[in-house]
Amino acid sequence: MEEMKLEANKELNILKRSSSQIGSLQWLKKNLFSSWSNVLLTIISAVVTGYILFNTFQFIFTADWSVIAVNFRLLMIGQFPVAEIWRVWTILGVLTVLLGLSWGLWKGSMAHVAVSIGAIMLIMVAMPFIQMSTRLILGGNIVLLLLTFFIGTKLPKLKIPVIAVWLLYIPLTIFILNGFGVLAPVSSNIWGGFLLTLLIASVAIVISFPIGLLLALGRRSSLPVIKYFCVIYIEFIRGIPLITVLFIGQLMIPLFLGSGVEISNVLRAMIGMTLFSAAYLAENIRGGLQSLPRGQYEAAQALGLNKTYMMTFVILPQAIRAVIPACVGQFISIFKDTSLVAIVSLTDLLGMGQKLVANPEFLGKQMEVFVFVGFVYFIFCYLMSHVSRRLEVSLGAGHR
Amino acid sequence: MKKKSSLLLFSFLLVLVLALVGCTKDEEAGTGTEEEGGTTTNSTGGSASTSSSILETVASRGKIIAGINDALPGFGYVDSDGKNTGFDIEFAKAIAAGVLGDAEAVEYRPLSAQERFTAVQTGEVDVLIRNTTWTTNRDSEVGLNFAPVTFYDGQGIMVPADSGIDSLEDLEGARIGVETGTTTELNLADQMRAKGINFEAVVFDSADAVVAAYESGSIDAWTTDKSGLVSRQSIMQDPSAHKILTETISKEPLAPAVKGGDDKWFDAVTWIVFATIQAEEFGITSANVDDFLDDENPDIKRLLGTEGNLGEQLGLPADFGYQVIKQVGNYGEIYDRHLGPDTVFKLERGLNDLYTNGGLLYSAPFR
Repeated sequence: MEEMKLEANKELNILKRSSSQIGSLQWLKKNLFSSWSNVLLTIISAVVTGYILFNTFQFIFTADWSVIAVNFRLLMIGQFPVAEIWRVWTILGVLTVLLGLSWGLWKGSMAHVAVSIGAIMLIMVAMPFIQMSTRLILGGNIVLLLLTFFIGTKLPKLKIPVIAVWLLYIPLTIFILNGFGVLAPVSSNIWGGFLLTLLIASVAIVISFPIGLLLALGRRSSLPVIKYFCVIYIEFIRGIPLITVLFIGQLMIPLFLGSGVEISNVLRAMIGMTLFSAAYLAENIRGGLQSLPRGQYEAAQALGLNKTYMMTFVILPQAIRAVIPACVGQFISIFKDTSLVAIVSLTDLLGMGQKLVANPEFLGKQMEVFVFVGFVYFIFCYLMSHVSRRLEVSLGAGHR
Repeated sequence: MKKKSSLLLFSFLLVLVLALVGCTKDEEAGTGTEEEGGTTTNSTGGSASTSSSILETVASRGKIIAGINDALPGFGYVDSDGKNTGFDIEFAKAIAAGVLGDAEAVEYRPLSAQERFTAVQTGEVDVLIRNTTWTTNRDSEVGLNFAPVTFYDGQGIMVPADSGIDSLEDLEGARIGVETGTTTELNLADQMRAKGINFEAVVFDSADAVVAAYESGSIDAWTTDKSGLVSRQSIMQDPSAHKILTETISKEPLAPAVKGGDDKWFDAVTWIVFATIQAEEFGITSANVDDFLDDENPDIKRLLGTEGNLGEQLGLPADFGYQVIKQVGNYGEIYDRHLGPDTVFKLERGLNDLYTNGGLLYSAPFR
């Protein structure tokens, strides 16, 4: 291990030195203008890029962003009643505390997540159109984040409770948002905006992982019933597009269930997304399982471990570590795919955007709205892939 | 080393198990949601199909569930405060005011064009007020009942003012933009085939995309309902550079729809819509309705419920007409608030005027 690192460092140093020795002019000549065809290519691509960039910036600076400023709350939480907005703040507060504590406790990858979320809050505080009260709450959250960070560094005992709260976080969120008789009910069909995007995505991600794991194991099972059930399920789901699954959820389920049973369409979308991504995750994990050399299985058997022990203690940890990048890729894709629920008239971030441009006041402002929506998706997807890279490094997945 | 990794594995297992627990909890939570939200719906909704009417379901639930469009400028959208508003939405409010005496007792269920009929059939919504065209097929096979038409629309075509195109015949060989999956696409093809005009249909998936293509000049003309054309023209960079052909390609009577086979509920919705039209004919508005309460005209008395028992016969409160007018307003008020001269659309009343003014709005008598 040590040797490998040293070697890698050496290589890096050599690279660094060589790049600094060559002047920037030489670098240009070598890489961009080495032959007449390269010169031509460089000039053409520079012109095209410049043209596109110029137009993009021109749009960004001349566009009327007031549609975002005025409707910022709608984009974030949809039509969630203003009187009940404290629930959203509570959820955010709990998230902040969890992030802060985890940052203090584990550092590493968590630090990146916590700092990024904090930075997003800070940017929001700095936005001119944010209401003063919102600003104060966001500022409070940032302070809370730092405070809990210090608590986390001082109290390593908190690890287990923090993990427990993390696991309960999504049920807790749904509980607080909905009320369930304890608080005044806020029915799920008025949940919306980015809040709904995050909810659907996180429920789908968290629940589809264990289901996918079971499916992957089931597919390699020697029991034919389980095996073929898993094979048929996985291949069936992988054979139909997500939008079909969502339409089946929205249109067919109510017909099957008749008028007596009612499942909210948010839940229908969540179930559809979860079942869909479970099939893909199963295939990712199966890839990990198959990548392990047979020696691992044989060694575990030679030690006298039974099948359950072998899987849980020897095979799965290695297999899953190997497929982290693929799984995170799948998670990012789930996150982006949540925008499809706008088509079945749920008001996620994109759906809310579509609704905003129907307001006569903001007719024709669809470019601004969709650019903003795309930007929000980009930030969060980039954050996810960044954290996954950190996770790979800290788990050493790349070194084998 | 071994101990450490087994600890890691054990904690992983724990996470897995807890995640599973979390998941089942969550799903229970989810179904619980519905029970909390819709207890009354379920208990009464189940029996609605056998004996009782949606009208009773609505009364016991204390609110109506309206299937709406929340992304159609003027007709249904979300304002900056997060409230649903628009021409169609006002009729949902009118129904709530008439049935329950409270115009705000509405739960809005945004529906896409594809899922709207299923939602009515399964009883997910009580009434569909979502710019739905009244057609034979929808009235019969789809199993809906259509209340009186609230908006007479028709498909039109917009062309640049300086294009020299004045009629459909001039569109020979033109590239015409339409939205995909709508009746407008089919109507255009039908109409042009009937007239033997060759054209190229350029299909887009949203109105915004059609307009963008039209304004950039990549299509010669575009078509949608005339109300949509007018509203879009009003926000174009130079509205005067475009014109709408006088020809109307199709009839699009937009009406509220309810599930077929429930006459009581259908009648209630029908007569509440009529009440808004009748009120305009009498000149009763939300502002002056109180002055009419002691009017001697028996027609007005019956409409406002100060005489006779029309409300009782319909299964509605006696003063349902008064409540509709007081809380929402008459047809003209609703129209002016969302489509009239004070809005960006500035739509002429045209067909949507009272029959006394040359339009098609005509309420059956309250008697």
